[in-house]
Amino acid sequence: MIRFRNVFKAYPKGSLALKDLTFHIRKGEFAFLTGHSGAGKSTVLKLIFAEELATSGSVQVSGYHLASMSTRDIPKLRRRLGIVFQDFRLLEDRTAEENIAFTLEVTGARSSVIEPKVTRVLAQVGLAAKALAYPRELSGGEQQRVAIARALVNDPFVILADEPTGNLDERATRGVFQLLRDINANGTAVLMATHDLDLVRGTPFRTLELQDGGLVYDSAVDRPAAETES
Amino acid sequence: MRLAFREALRSFRRAPLLSALSVTTIAFAIFVVGLFGLVALNLNRALREVEKRVEVVAYLMRGTPVEVVTVAIGDVERFPEVADVTYVTEDQALARAQKELVELQGVFDDLVSNPLPASLEVRLKPGFRDSDHLRDVAERLRGFRFVEDVRYGRDWVIKLDRIRDLTAIGMLVIGGAFAAASVVIIGTTIRMAVFQRSREIAIMRLVGATDGFIRLPFLLEGSLKGALGGTFALGLTYVAYVAFDRMLLRAQFFNPAEAVVFVVFGFALGFSASLAAVSRHLKSVRPA
Ligand SMILES: Nc1ncnc2c1ncn2[C@@H]1O[C@H](COP(=O)(O)OP(=O)(O)OP(=O)(O)O)[C@@H](O)[C@H]1O
Ligand SMILES: [Mg+2]
Repeated sequence: MIRFRNVFKAYPKGSLALKDLTFHIRKGEFAFLTGHSGAGKSTVLKLIFAEELATSGSVQVSGYHLASMSTRDIPKLRRRLGIVFQDFRLLEDRTAEENIAFTLEVTGARSSVIEPKVTRVLAQVGLAAKALAYPRELSGGEQQRVAIARALVNDPFVILADEPTGNLDERATRGVFQLLRDINANGTAVLMATHDLDLVRGTPFRTLELQDGGLVYDSAVDRPAAETES
Repeated sequence: MRLAFREALRSFRRAPLLSALSVTTIAFAIFVVGLFGLVALNLNRALREVEKRVEVVAYLMRGTPVEVVTVAIGDVERFPEVADVTYVTEDQALARAQKELVELQGVFDDLVSNPLPASLEVRLKPGFRDSDHLRDVAERLRGFRFVEDVRYGRDWVIKLDRIRDLTAIGMLVIGGAFAAASVVIIGTTIRMAVFQRSREIAIMRLVGATDGFIRLPFLLEGSLKGALGGTFALGLTYVAYVAFDRMLLRAQFFNPAEAVVFVVFGFALGFSASLAAVSRHLKSVRPA
């Protein structure tokens, strides 16, 4: 579903951000992406949602070969992904509801389709009561829930989360993490970059650890037979 | 499209100051071009008034029969350059001279016979009132047997040609320079608007908005601002015109079709400036 093969990434006038990265995330899987600051976690996610292009090697996301993909197909790909960031990236002048609806409006959906979907995802993230609140009226945890609701509303096959709990306190972190687990339990894959090792420890999920752009540990490496095409 | 319209309006509401600033900037930029256009327009009309007086006079030999002259007038009127032909008889010429040259009244009274020849006064159609065409027509008139001499204010017409060319060039250069300046100014204000919303654009792209979708509200916004600026510029130009007309010289304003050009020009400027600004921005954030 998401497949990296010998991926290298060099930023212009930067050193190598990714070195010979090969891994495969299966459909419906929950995986952590860990590593020190600057290890390349965000870069991996950016390659997946086509914000950056690999310098060499191949990145394949749900049938799209990102190297040969036309820029016109990028929006199509992104509509099938849910992307969540540490800094939420909500539009400040729109309510929670409008922020989520915006994602669907962008695809040209009718309001009759948009409304029930927005209501559903807001309920799913436990914010039905805050539909009309503006981001500044919400706590960090709540804002991140809105961002997750926005990521969910297109029924993505994977949620890509870059340090989604990085700005949150302990309690909000647990809440957001639980939400991502629930989403995963419903069949959506989750790839979450984090350096919160406490969070990673004690969960049954796969962990990919990066170090200086190289994959140094993959908890799934013991069972490579389970890696099948999706 | 409706959504884009809503988004465009939203940006007006959200950044009223910046929007007002862009509209004002556009208005003043077009106003300057408009003022120049107004000067050019009036200069051109004045020039055309002067041009009307351009004529070729063919003096006829004494005693040319009227019938011959009548036939010749018909021929001359069929020249493609000719607007009309006036026959001035010898008596008419004398009467006119007496009226115009009052100081020489005594001289006329002493005259035994009329020394003035009859003539054909030939006026050319607009567009033919330049020295080349005048020379052509004069040549042809000389070809008539009974034409003694042909005169037209050659030096004067050449000067007129030169003024005409200079105004045309001046209009092109100065008008073009101001138009270019306004494009740059408008481009800058729109770029500011785009920059102000770069975060929003980034989010739109993240959730899968196509470039076309992202562009549309900006194009609408830019075109709207441009058209609005054009309308204000028209108003300003009109005020300037009224002031000039009352206090200095009688002048003429643009006709309605020309006035619409202000709005269309503003619209086009706003549209192209925002297209350039957004496209440039989108290109700058695209992966290499
Ligand atoms: N746009 C860029 N231009 C140049 N170099 C970059 C760019 N983005 C990232 N890098 C470099 O690539 C390397 C990996 O960065 P990346 O953001 O992927 O790390 P990270 O693992 O997400 O770090 P963090 O935990 O601090 O977010 C770093 O050395 C960084 O300096
Ligand atoms: Mg990062």
